[in-house]
Amino acid sequence: MKKKLAHLAHSRAGDKGNTLILSLFPFDEADYPLLVEKVTAERVKQHLSHQLKGEVFRYLIPELHALMFTCENALSGGVTTSIALDAHGKSLSYALLELTV
Amino acid sequence: MKEKIRIGCGAGFSGDRFEPALILTEQGDLDYLVLECLAERTIALAQKRKLQDPNSGYDIFLERRIESLLPLLVHHKTRLITNMGAANPIAGAEKIKSIAKKLGLKIRVAVVLGDDVIHQLTGEELSIEGNKFLHTYGTRVSANAYMGIEAILPALSSGADIILTGRVADPSLFLAPMVYEFGWSTEDWDLLGKGTVLGHLMECAGQLTGGYFADPVTKPVPDLHLLGHPLVEVSRDGSGLIQKISGTGGLISVQTAKEQLLYEVTHPRNYLTPDVVADFSTVRFEEKGENQLQVNGGTGKCKPESLKVSVGYQSGWMGEGEISYAGSHAVERAKWAGEIIQQRIGDQFEEFKIDLIGLNSMHGGDLAANTTPYEVRLRVAGKSPTKEIAQRIGEEVEALYTNGPAGGGGARKYLHEVLGVVSILMNRNQIQPALKLIDA
Repeated sequence: MKKKLAHLAHSRAGDKGNTLILSLFPFDEADYPLLVEKVTAERVKQHLSHQLKGEVFRYLIPELHALMFTCENALSGGVTTSIALDAHGKSLSYALLELTV
Repeated sequence: MKEKIRIGCGAGFSGDRFEPALILTEQGDLDYLVLECLAERTIALAQKRKLQDPNSGYDIFLERRIESLLPLLVHHKTRLITNMGAANPIAGAEKIKSIAKKLGLKIRVAVVLGDDVIHQLTGEELSIEGNKFLHTYGTRVSANAYMGIEAILPALSSGADIILTGRVADPSLFLAPMVYEFGWSTEDWDLLGKGTVLGHLMECAGQLTGGYFADPVTKPVPDLHLLGHPLVEVSRDGSGLIQKISGTGGLISVQTAKEQLLYEVTHPRNYLTPDVVADFSTVRFEEKGENQLQVNGGTGKCKPESLKVSVGYQSGWMGEGEISYAGSHAVERAKWAGEIIQQRIGDQFEEFKIDLIGLNSMHGGDLAANTTPYEVRLRVAGKSPTKEIAQRIGEEVEALYTNGPAGGGGARKYLHEVLGVVSILMNRNQIQPALKLIDA
């Protein structure tokens, strides 16, 4: 049965200029292979297509059971000049967690 | 030489809470307290204040923080390292001197200078973000290089009680006392990498102890209203034990640490600071007890030839207006209100945005499809080169009270000047750190 990532994993959003960084960690390490299989860079880009206008790079850190997505051209220019309400993109970790796997 | 040192982080941004630093200093048995108060744009804002008043331009909360902290720092023999100097560290140090005099305390302030490189720029430099010449952006107001430990180490050797900097890389605020106390070589990339891991974990203060982490359903954190900030006991081998003061709220766990380790990191195996290119992928966390986390591993390789320089420039004005609708057809009425603003003034703006707060303002519309909120708040935002046009947004939204759809309430309007920040790279040889001592 499909589940929202929010039930399986936690995430934090960070920004560097116009680049958004999303980390993703399973609550249960046993779910790490599932996340690696299902949460690809392509899926993240598609899921957040409203926000992500550039390349999405995925990094895997197996030692930490962590996935990381570095998303370019993702923050309407970046926090200093964006007119978005959440100009940092701090809430976007929870947009990622809406993805179903 | 010491085998272990204790470093606390009492603030992770300029507007951070005040009391965690006081609690850390009073009860943490700290060798060093760090206050990290300088975000990307903060220094550009400070530079603007300095242009209006040459005695300002340091952090706006410096006076309040130092007044309450200084007696504790002196009493507990804890040295303070902070970037609250912002755009004018010398004026900040003079302010600290006057506070010390008032309190009858004798201290030495070491001012770290050299980050301000605005007079070295020609406009022909290329921005990292857009690969465009700097002169194609708005009028420059600031340019500050991210300096590293080489700028802070002489200040530590000077015996100063307070080390006040402008722009330095955040992890360097923590790495410098490790290098100084343990006598690490500034070319021991492995140790510098390990120390940078600890500095990076610590630099956002409450984000390591449960802030920006807590979720009442999946990630509960005890006593979040009393959130304590972290301290780390660093060993000579570069490992660290992260903890917080007992009785404070919050949580230190493998989960909180993992989230902070990768925060704002664009490449986990190549985290660039002025001191080292650090590798975070080999870090290991182990919970040693309640709110006690052992950090091992991490490493580094070489240091970059170029340093990042943040350049602040004028980028026009942003106007915003908000008004709320509730009950039946709230979304329809709010949408209609937004269309009215668009039709009246939308074409006057280079950037213009209509959001429905409660529906699509944070993540766009798709994720909220098929949901109907009971109430919704219209937000209209736009950017213009002139203040007069930008402020029309708030005025037009407010006018919806009597000229728009039924039941609009709670209108608010905002106007602020926009300072953009872009980065360039500069050869590190062009940046000359300097030191000035001010005794009180």
